[in-house]
Amino acid sequence: MSLSTALKTGDVALLPSRRDENWRWTDLRALIRELPASAAAESVSDVGPFAAIGGEEQVWVNGHARDASQITVEAGEVVTAQVRFISTRPSGNTARLGVRVRPGGRLVLLESYEAPADAAISAVDLDIEVQDGGRMERIVLAADQAQSITVSTAEVTLGAGAVYAQTLLTTGARRQRVETRVAHPGAGTSVRLDGAYLLADQRHADLTTIVTHGGVDGTTSQMTKGVVRDQGRGVFQGRIVVEPGADRTDARMGHHALILSDRAEVDAKPELLIFADDVQCAHGNTVGALDEEAIFYAMQRGMSVDQARAMLTTAFVGEVIDRIEHDGAREIARDWVTRQLDGAGE
Amino acid sequence: MLSIKNLHASVADKPILKGLTLEVPAGEVHAIMGPNGAGKSTLSYVLTGRQGYEVTEGSATLNGEDLLALEANERAAKGVFLSFQYPLEIPGVPALTFIRTAMNAQRKARGEDEIAAPAFLKLARETAASLKIDFEMLKRSLNVGFSGGEKKRMEIFQMAMLSPRFLILDETDSGLDIDALKIVSAGVNAMRSPERGMLVITHYQRLLDYIKPDRVHVLSAGRIVASGGPELAHELEAEGYDKYVQVAA
Repeated sequence: MSLSTALKTGDVALLPSRRDENWRWTDLRALIRELPASAAAESVSDVGPFAAIGGEEQVWVNGHARDASQITVEAGEVVTAQVRFISTRPSGNTARLGVRVRPGGRLVLLESYEAPADAAISAVDLDIEVQDGGRMERIVLAADQAQSITVSTAEVTLGAGAVYAQTLLTTGARRQRVETRVAHPGAGTSVRLDGAYLLADQRHADLTTIVTHGGVDGTTSQMTKGVVRDQGRGVFQGRIVVEPGADRTDARMGHHALILSDRAEVDAKPELLIFADDVQCAHGNTVGALDEEAIFYAMQRGMSVDQARAMLTTAFVGEVIDRIEHDGAREIARDWVTRQLDGAGE
Repeated sequence: MLSIKNLHASVADKPILKGLTLEVPAGEVHAIMGPNGAGKSTLSYVLTGRQGYEVTEGSATLNGEDLLALEANERAAKGVFLSFQYPLEIPGVPALTFIRTAMNAQRKARGEDEIAAPAFLKLARETAASLKIDFEMLKRSLNVGFSGGEKKRMEIFQMAMLSPRFLILDETDSGLDIDALKIVSAGVNAMRSPERGMLVITHYQRLLDYIKPDRVHVLSAGRIVASGGPELAHELEAEGYDKYVQVAA
């Protein structure tokens, strides 16, 4: 069951629902009574959030690919690619992107979800393969409409000695899920899965990750931060599976959320499922309010209460931003986060 | 300068200050000494506007302006500075960014222009040097991983940068070794001026060997129960607070 299958068949019975344990906090079946028809392709004039960085660009409008829907980085090649998933009409649409990084290739994938005008229901599937010794950094900015429903699912397959890093930044939608499934071979491969959700009004975001360590000597590092105000709802589901024999796995998962109103909600399910003996795994999970003492400290020095809160909240999310390796993308991400947190007000 | 009259204040409905009256004229340094639980820290928080500290009676004014009606940041902009007993760690905010944001917020509140970056950095470098603070430390997250002495030095650094009109030092000597105490005291003494008043809150007389007060007050059970010259601090050190605790009771 998935949103993309439901959209393709028009059968609402195929939507994920709360009866599926993995979807209990992101029920689509109860939300969507009728699946809208798809909309035609359109041209879009504005540029994406990563435009300043340049590189090749692939655009989907209402699920229609304007360019090829495959990115291949050849051995030894270094590529920066922007992919933009844009919805311009109230419609239902699906898109698929294949990404392949051949041995020793390097890719920076700058991915954006844009809904400039109307809310839509969209499902995006990414098939990502980074072969032996390849490197990929994926940075996702999801700026959906408040009434949008979006599911983005990435299946990531990694070769020996590959490096895969991603940072998901989202302001949520009516319902939004960004899911990443990683088949981790061990073998000196390194994975970083980070994210931040900044939710206001009645927005929802669900960051779900499943990493399966299938071999020895693999590392995974995860850091997700959330800031939720008003009646926002953040969901973090992080699962790390260490299969039998995947010894010397080093896996660390952190999820930390700030709740800035009484009616905001954060649901977190960090899971470490360890079936090997010789592993180092840890997870930390905290959900709390801003430190009132720190706010008073900043106010005693002269900052207004709004300024103090914005500073502390931006710093809280900054830890995720600082881990982005691509310089240009990191600063664009930082500006974006600062704008979201300043603009949300109190 | 600072004028406190019959101040009553409660925390969680429990009365802590019970009719405190105190005048600190410009140019003077007054020390407040007292046993644990006397209300010393409460006084510093009430004067600086911390939430949860409710004034039930009395007044506190700075140069005739009512402090108690103002938000904490407005009081800061009027020139009230509190050196915290336990300075907060602010992860992800470099010390320089924190102070510059605070300084510009104060300036804006007073209708002044923001300080230009070169002028700010010059001031920061000079001030850091005078307090023997490594400038690189100011690029790190404020107080994160700093020792107790380094945190107190950062408080004095912020004080010197913001150049307030009235200073409140809450147990500034706690956690300081003798070398750090000398540096911190020299930093505070450098700020003594005819236009500026200071309230030095301390449990022990030791700090007052380095920051010489004009007047010493004993705070016990929420009121000033005795006042005198610097010799009062020595008397307290020798004899303890017992007789004042009884007076208050």
